[in-house]
Amino acid sequence: METKSIMIVGVGGQGTLLTSRIIGNVITKAGFDVKISEVHGMAQRGGSVVTFVRYGDEVAEPIVEEGCADILIAFERLEALRYAHFMKKDGVMIINDVRMDPMPVAIGAAEYPENIIENLSKKYKVISLDAKKEAIELGNARVFNTIIVGVVAKSMEFSCDEWIEVIKETVKPKTVDINIEAFKKGFER
Amino acid sequence: MAEKAGTKVMMLGNEAIARGAYEAGVKVSAAYPGTPSTEISENLVKYKDDLYCEWSPNEKVAMEVAIGAATHGVRAMASMKHVGVNVASDPLFTISYSGVNGGLVLVAADDPGLYSSQNEQDSRMVARSAMIPVIEPSDSEEARVFTKRAFELSEKYDTPIMVRTTTRLAHSQGVVNLEERNNIEDKPYEKNIQKNVMMPGMAKKRHIFVEERLKKMSEDGYSLDLNKVTYNDTKIGVITSGIPYQYVKEVLPNASILKLGLVHPLPKKLIEEFASKVDTLYIVEELEPVIEEQVKSWGIKCIGKEILTVQGEYSANMLRKAILGQELDLEEAADVPARPPILCPGCPHRSVYSVLKKLKKHAAGDIGCYTLGAVAPLQVVETSVCMGSSISTLHGVEKAKGKDYVKDWVACIGDSTFLHTGVNSLMNMVYNKATGTVIIMDNSTTGMTGHQEHAATGKTLMEEDTFAIDIYNLCKAIGVKNVVEVDAFDIKKLEEVIKEETAKEEVSVIITKSLCALHKDFVPKGKCVVDIDKCKKCGACMVSACPAIHKGPNGEAEIDATMCNGCGLCMQNCPFDAISLIENK
Repeated sequence: METKSIMIVGVGGQGTLLTSRIIGNVITKAGFDVKISEVHGMAQRGGSVVTFVRYGDEVAEPIVEEGCADILIAFERLEALRYAHFMKKDGVMIINDVRMDPMPVAIGAAEYPENIIENLSKKYKVISLDAKKEAIELGNARVFNTIIVGVVAKSMEFSCDEWIEVIKETVKPKTVDINIEAFKKGFER
Repeated sequence: MAEKAGTKVMMLGNEAIARGAYEAGVKVSAAYPGTPSTEISENLVKYKDDLYCEWSPNEKVAMEVAIGAATHGVRAMASMKHVGVNVASDPLFTISYSGVNGGLVLVAADDPGLYSSQNEQDSRMVARSAMIPVIEPSDSEEARVFTKRAFELSEKYDTPIMVRTTTRLAHSQGVVNLEERNNIEDKPYEKNIQKNVMMPGMAKKRHIFVEERLKKMSEDGYSLDLNKVTYNDTKIGVITSGIPYQYVKEVLPNASILKLGLVHPLPKKLIEEFASKVDTLYIVEELEPVIEEQVKSWGIKCIGKEILTVQGEYSANMLRKAILGQELDLEEAADVPARPPILCPGCPHRSVYSVLKKLKKHAAGDIGCYTLGAVAPLQVVETSVCMGSSISTLHGVEKAKGKDYVKDWVACIGDSTFLHTGVNSLMNMVYNKATGTVIIMDNSTTGMTGHQEHAATGKTLMEEDTFAIDIYNLCKAIGVKNVVEVDAFDIKKLEEVIKEETAKEEVSVIITKSLCALHKDFVPKGKCVVDIDKCKKCGACMVSACPAIHKGPNGEAEIDATMCNGCGLCMQNCPFDAISLIENK
C-alpha cells in the first residue's frame, strides 16, 4: 500500500493531540506501520499547531510534505487556509467551521480572511461542520473533537467497530459513553 | 504500569528513550524540564518501582546527580534540552576525563526549527569540545535500542555518552518493540583518586586517556552495529544520521547510504571506504556541518552545506530540490494572519503585565510562558536571554545606568526559573548593593513545559510529598529586606506595591501568586459576562489581550464562555462596570 498522509491542524489547546492519538491507535491496530509527529511546548499556548500522521506498509519520514496530504483535518477555519497548500489535489479537507481570532486580528493589526470555506471548496473536496455546536447539543462541548473523528472515519478505510474499540481504550473511562455518542454523531452525519 | 515485554506499542521518541533506559537497567535519572526533552522523565517515572528519578532544580545539578550515581557503579542518566547542556557543561567537560563506573548517559535534545527555544545550537559541537561520544537515533525504535546500547558503550569505553535527539524525533510516535529490563548488578565502588579527582596532575594523564579513547572508538566504529552501510546504485552516496536519514530514504530510495549511529567520533575508515565506492558524495545533516567539515578535512570530496541550509528542519521536498534539482509543482502558501502563541485565558502573568504596562515599566524577562509578555499588545518584556538572566541583566542595567534609571525597570521571572538559576543572581544583587526590583511570578508549577513539580511545590517527580521551599523566606534569608507577596489578580494592590518597591533604593522582591490556569488543581471562580447595555465599546478590557474576549458584531465586548476562566481581570479593567463575574456554585 502506498503511504497515506493525514494532517491535523488547529489552535494550541483545542485537543488535536487526543484526535491524533485515536487515529494513530486505529491504524496501529489494523497492522499498519505508522508515524505521528506532534507539536509540544510554546506553540501549545494558543499558537498554530499541526500534527502529522503517516501510515502504510513501511513509513520513513514522520512529516507530511507540501502537496502530499490525503486528508487535512482543521479544528478552525483560518488554520485550514494556512495549511491548504499541503493538500494533494484530490485530497479531502474536514473543517470545523469556527472562527478563533489570532492576536494580530484581535488587536486590529490584521484582518480575518472572508469566505474561507467557499474558496477552499472551489479547489478541494471540503466537508465542513460546526462541531462545537453539535457537541453542545449532545450536552458536552468538550467532545467536539470526537465528532470530528467520526467525520474523519467516514473518509478512512476502517470499520465503525474498530474506531469505537479504540475510543473506549483511549479516552478517560468516565467519558467513554459520551465520546462514543459523539463519534457516532460524526460518523452518521 | 509498565507495558509488557514482547509487545509492540506506539511511543514518542522520548517515551522510547525512557523505555530504553529502563530496559538497560538504569537506576538513577535526573533532569530539568525543557522542550523537547521533558517527556523522557515523565515516562521514566512509570517504572518507579525499579528505579529512582527526579526533577533537579537545574541541568548542572541533574548532571552531577547522575555522575555521583555512575561513579558508584550504577547506570545513570541525565536528560535536558540543548540549552540545558550549556548549564551542565561544567561537570560534563570534566567527567569526560574521569570517565565512569556504571554507564552514564546524557540525553541532549536539540530544537532545529526553534519550536520552543531561544536558539538553534547543535549539541554535537558541545560533545566534540567535551570529547565525549555521540549516538543519534532516527526513529522511536532506534531511540529505545540506541539508548540501551549507549549504556553498554559507556561502560566499555569508560566514558559518558551523549544520546542526541531533535524535536522531530522526540515528539514523533512510532512502533516500538518492548524487551525485558536487564537487571544488572551494581559494580563495586573502588576508591580511585587518580581517576575520580581531577586536579592538574591527574587531569594531565586522563587527557591522554581521553584522546586514546576517541581514537579507539573511531577505529571500532568501522564495525560498530550502530553504523549501517547500504550499497545500491553507487552514482549517489549519502552520509547521514538521525531524522534526516528518513528524508534521504524517501527521496533517494536507490542511493547508497552510510547511516551513522555513532556521529562522534566519526568512523574514519568506514567513511573513506564508502566515499571511495560512490561517484558523488552528499552529507545530509541538520544544523551545523559537524560531519561534513571533518570529512572534508580528510581530503574527501563531498557536497553538504553548499546546497543545504544550517537553519531549521529539513524535509523530503527540500532534498528533492537541492539534490535532485526537481522543480516541484506546489501551491503557494496562503497569505494569512500569523497565530503566535499567547498567554492563556485566566493566566496570572497577563494580570502582572497589564499593571506593568499601565505603570509604563520595562521588564527584563526570562524563560517560560511569561516570555510571551514580549508579544503585542502587551510588549512589556523587552529583553530575554536565558534561564535566570532577568535578575542578573537587571543588575547589569543598574550598574551601567544608575539607580534612577533602574526605577523604571523590573526583572520578571517564574518560580521554577527562579529556583533554577535566578536565586544566584538575586544573591549577587544583595551582595553587590543593587536597588532593583524583582518580580517572581509564582504560579506554583513549571508552566511552559506542562506542569512539572519543582523544589517549591511540595511534590517530587515520583509523586511523593516533600518539603516545599518557601520562596518568601528564601529571599529573606539571602538578605532581601523588602519581600512582598501579592495576589496576582489584585491589580490595585499590585499597582501600589510595584510603585512603592521600584521607588526604594534597596533590592525588592515582589512575589505575585496565583496558580497556573492550566494546572490540574486550578478551579475557575466562574465566568465573566458582558452587560451589552453598559458596554461603551471603549476597548479597556481588550488591552490585556485575553483570547476569550473579542469585539462583537457592533463593536461591543464579547466573552467566549467556553474559554473564560473567570479571572476577573477584564472586569477590574472595565471603567463602566459592564463586566461581571458569575461565580461557580
